[in-house]
Amino acid sequence: MIDARSLSKRFQDKKRGEIRAVDNVSFSCKPGQIYGLLGANGAGKTTTLRMLATILEPTDGTAIICGHDVVEHPEKVRANVGFLSTATALYPRLTSQEMVEYFGRLNGLDESTLKKRVDDIFSRLDMNGFRDRRCDKLSTGMKQKTSIARTLVHDPAVMIFDEPTLGLDIMTARTITTFIRECRDNGKTVIFSTHIMSEVEKLCDVIGIIHGGKLLTEGTLAQLREKHAEQDLEEIFVKVVTPHHQNVEA
Amino acid sequence: MNLNAIGVVYRKEFTEWIRDRRTLISTVLVPLLIFPLLMVGSVYFATVMVGRAKKETPTVMLLGAENSPALVARLQKLDNVEIVPYAANWKDLISDKQVRAAVDIPKDFDASLTTNSPQTVNIYYYEGDLKSSFGADNVEKSLKDYRESVVKDRLQAKNLSATILTPFDVKQENVAPPEKVSGATIGGFIGYVVIILCMTGAMYPAIDLTAGEKERGTMETILSSPIYRLDLVLGKFLLVFSASLATAVLSVISMGISITLLGQSQMKSGDAQHFALHIGGMSVLAVFLMALPLAVLFSAVLMTIALFAKSYKEAQSYLTPMTFLIVIPAVASVMPGVELTPKLALVPILSTSLVCKEIISGTYHWHSIAMIFASTCVYAAAAIFLAVKTFQRESVLFRS
Repeated sequence: MIDARSLSKRFQDKKRGEIRAVDNVSFSCKPGQIYGLLGANGAGKTTTLRMLATILEPTDGTAIICGHDVVEHPEKVRANVGFLSTATALYPRLTSQEMVEYFGRLNGLDESTLKKRVDDIFSRLDMNGFRDRRCDKLSTGMKQKTSIARTLVHDPAVMIFDEPTLGLDIMTARTITTFIRECRDNGKTVIFSTHIMSEVEKLCDVIGIIHGGKLLTEGTLAQLREKHAEQDLEEIFVKVVTPHHQNVEA
Repeated sequence: MNLNAIGVVYRKEFTEWIRDRRTLISTVLVPLLIFPLLMVGSVYFATVMVGRAKKETPTVMLLGAENSPALVARLQKLDNVEIVPYAANWKDLISDKQVRAAVDIPKDFDASLTTNSPQTVNIYYYEGDLKSSFGADNVEKSLKDYRESVVKDRLQAKNLSATILTPFDVKQENVAPPEKVSGATIGGFIGYVVIILCMTGAMYPAIDLTAGEKERGTMETILSSPIYRLDLVLGKFLLVFSASLATAVLSVISMGISITLLGQSQMKSGDAQHFALHIGGMSVLAVFLMALPLAVLFSAVLMTIALFAKSYKEAQSYLTPMTFLIVIPAVASVMPGVELTPKLALVPILSTSLVCKEIISGTYHWHSIAMIFASTCVYAAAAIFLAVKTFQRESVLFRS
C-alpha cells in the first residue's frame, strides 16, 4: 500500500532560485493495483518516485508505504520496495548472479533463503544461461532481466518503476511491461511513471497526470474519459496540462 | 552501525576492486616496480655513466705553456690526461666538449717559485660535465703534487723536516650507529615514499567507489537498497583504506628487497662502506603504525572530495591539486635541517613524515610519537565523519 500525503520537494538552484520540483502531491495505490504517473519531461515524476523510494527526502509532507513513514523509517520502507529505473544501473564487474545476491544480502536474506530465491528467479526469468557472465558483457535485454531480478530478490510488496522502458527496444520493453503486469497479478502494489500514453492505457488501473510538480487530475481511464469528455488519452493529457503549461513556462 | 552490512559492502567492493585493472596497477604494480626501477635503475645508470667517463682520457689544453716548461713537461708525462695544442677559442672548445679542461699557467710562473711570490694557476672546466670534472681533478692533483714537491725542496734547502708544516693531525670519527646514519640519509625518504604511496593507493579506489559509481549509474541502485548510509560509507571506506595499506605494505617490501639487493651488489664490488644501510624490522613496523591513521585520513578525505564529482575525470581533476597538498609537506620533511618540533607535531603528513625519519634512525621520542599518532587519529576521525555527512547530502549525491 502506498499513501502519499502532500509530498513536496524543493531544490535550491544558484541561477533560478528555489525550484518546486514536486508540490503538494497526494495519492494512494492499493495492493494488486498499478498506479500510472503520467507526465512530460521535468513534470516531477522521477522526484516523486525517488521520494517514495526514500532516495530523496521530502521537503514537506510524507508517504506511508507498507505502514512505514518514508521520513521516519526510510530503511524499513526500502526493505519493502523494489525500485527500477533506467538510472539504476548494474555493477559492471560483478556477474549477473553476484549482482542479485549482493542485493539479497543487503536486504538481510540468509544464505539458504537467498540461494533458493536466486535459483527461483533465475529459472523464472530464463537467466541461467548468463548467470556467471559479468554485467558489462550482458546485452540490454539481459541487463534488464538482471535489474528485474535485483528488484525482486527480497520479494518486496511495493514495486516502483521510473520510466523503465525509456530507450529500450520493443522486445526488451515488452519484457518489462509483462513483468509489471505479473507484479500486479501477484498482489504487489505497483507505481509506474512514464510519458508513453500507450503503456499507461495498457497497464494502469489508476492514472495520475502530473505537471509542474502538481498532480492535476487522477482516476481510472474510464473516469478520466468521462471527466474530460475525451476518448483519447493523449487528448485528455493535453487538455489537462495546457492551462498549467503556460504558467510553468512563465 | 551494522557490521554484517558493512562486511557485505566490503566484500562486494573487494570483488570489484580485484577485477579492475586500473586500481590494480596503481595499488599493486606501481609500488612493486617503482623501487627496483628507481633505486637499482638509478645506481646502474650512475655506474655506467661514471664507468664511461673514467674510460675516456680527458683532453686538456695548456694556456701560457711558455711560462713554465718544467710544469708543461710534468703535465705531459701524465697518463690520465691528454695535452692538446693551444687554440684561441679554448672556452668554446670546452663548452662544445671537444676539450675537457684548460690550465692557465701565469706569466713568470717559474720565476715566482724562486722569489716566493705565489701565483695562481687557474683550471677551467665545465661544471656538471663528469668528463670535464675528471680532467680538471687529474690536473689539479698533479699540480698539488708539484706544489708539495716544491715545498719539500724548500724545506730541505733550509734543513727543515717536512713535519714542520703539520704539527698535529685532525681526523673525524663517526660514533653514530649504522642505523642512525641510514636514518639520516634515507629515513626521510622512506617516510616520504610510504606517505605518498598511501595516498596514491587510496586515490583510484576512492574515485571508483564514489564518482565512478555516479558515472556508471549504480549510485541510485545502491541507495534504493535498505542499507544505512553510514554502513555503506564505512564499507566503501574500508576498501579504500585496505587499498591504501596494501600499496604501502607492497612498497615497503619492494623497497626492502631493492635495498638488500643493492647492498649485496655493493658488497661484492667491495664498495659496501658507501652503502651501509641498516634498517631494523621494528623500525619498519613502527613506520607502518604511524602511517595507519594517515591512511585513514587520506582514504576518508579522498572519498569525500571525489564524491562531489559527477564523473571519474572530474574527480581526477579535483584530486590532482590534493596530491600537491600532500606532496609538499612530505617533501619538506626530507629537506635538510627540518626537525620535529612540538608545533610541527600537529601538522598532519609533515609530522608523520618527520617522525618516520626519526624512527628509521632508531630515535624514539615517545611523547612526540604519541602526540602525532593522537592528532592524526583525530584528523582521521573528523575526515570519516565528514565523509559520512557528505554521503547524506542529496545535493552532492544527485549533483547535476
